[in-house]
Amino acid sequence: MKTRSILLAGFVLGAFAITGVTLVAVTHLTVDERIVDNQHQAMQRKLATILPAGQSDNDPLADRIQVHAPDFLGIDTSQVYRVRKGDEPVAVVLEPVVPDGYAGPIKLLVSVLHDGTLGGVRVLSHHETPGLGDKIEESKSDWVLHFQGKSLTDPPLEKWSVKRDGGEFDQFTGATITPRSIVNAVKNTLIYVRQQGDRLFVPVDTSTPATVQGKS
Amino acid sequence: MSASKSVKTIVSEGVWTNNQSLVALLGLCPLLATTTSATNGLGMGLATTAVLTCSNGTVSLVRHLVRPEVRIPVYVLVIASFVTIVELVMQAFFYEMYLVLGLFISLIVVNCIIIGRAESFASKNRVDLALLDGLAVGLGSTLVLTTLGGLRELVAQGTIFYQAELLLGEAGKALTLNFGNDYQGALIAILPPGAFIGLGLLIALKNLIDRHARRRAPARAAKAPVEAQAHPA
Repeated sequence: MKTRSILLAGFVLGAFAITGVTLVAVTHLTVDERIVDNQHQAMQRKLATILPAGQSDNDPLADRIQVHAPDFLGIDTSQVYRVRKGDEPVAVVLEPVVPDGYAGPIKLLVSVLHDGTLGGVRVLSHHETPGLGDKIEESKSDWVLHFQGKSLTDPPLEKWSVKRDGGEFDQFTGATITPRSIVNAVKNTLIYVRQQGDRLFVPVDTSTPATVQGKS
Repeated sequence: MSASKSVKTIVSEGVWTNNQSLVALLGLCPLLATTTSATNGLGMGLATTAVLTCSNGTVSLVRHLVRPEVRIPVYVLVIASFVTIVELVMQAFFYEMYLVLGLFISLIVVNCIIIGRAESFASKNRVDLALLDGLAVGLGSTLVLTTLGGLRELVAQGTIFYQAELLLGEAGKALTLNFGNDYQGALIAILPPGAFIGLGLLIALKNLIDRHARRRAPARAAKAPVEAQAHPA
């Protein structure tokens, strides 16, 4: 009698698990395409704001490689999206991580044009203090927009720091650490791109797509 | 619970007298963490309401099938399924909002309000009443989330319903109120302590309103017979 009751309870539980999983699976299948599409579009909108308009004709999200440069990019493997017009390289977009934010890592999106100037910098995610460090979001202040057009020669390398450290870039009242570490990370990204040069634009070897494209 | 409650009682208890956020103080984690703006509060409230209504309805539907010894795991399964579905649907249709609320949507699974209503109400009542209870309790919670979000946002940034378009589409922009761009906000409101202080103030406000209502109630009751005597039928 006791065994029967246990089995029955197990059966009820199992039936609910199967029904639940089925429901979730069906929903997932129905909306999956839309979600991927949303992510794609959100990324494209972000990219469009930091690339010169109308000067490229490829899909950078498809034309990407993974690079390994933790010393410069702050993360073990970073995506590099290549922007081209025909065969001409236009820009690369990298996703460096600022390891030393005030409250944890800050993910950036940095576009570097082929002549070495910055197409723009955006913050993808951060945990900085609301009202102080979060002025790095472009919706809160225009600070991050000032990177556009800068390069390793303008300002010169030794000026790539916040004003408090004798550099060119503004800090925020009450929040120096956040801007300081971002300026540093952007500088390192520029150095990395200059060091790599055209190697970053080498077309994806189609014979081994799996190793180059990796997972997103 | 022998007799089922009336529709009116269910609604008034869910929204006000037994408001799960202000009276029972359940589900505090999402309440305190996501209410940094009215839009976030509203989004979180609506997602919770959707899960709560669906789970209440389902739990009530299967209340005679589920053996008492496995009821809690069954409730958790039901709730987890609905939360995952809501999360997927949100990613598909309110992607920007999902990015903002992110982690907290999955955490609806462990929101005590939902399993609390499943256990204390839905498992003992008819489907229609359970659905209504889910809606009413969800609405009560949404009201608190939105009010607290709006309050914190107003004090910290001087806006209400900033970025409402993430949730409500372009029409949402009309909802956004901005009280001056050079407003130097009180930062504390948007930090975690501000959530506790704000919630405390809301609870105090509700108690004040209730006390005021109680004082007036006996007065009216005393007045009524007098009037009846003055105008004999």
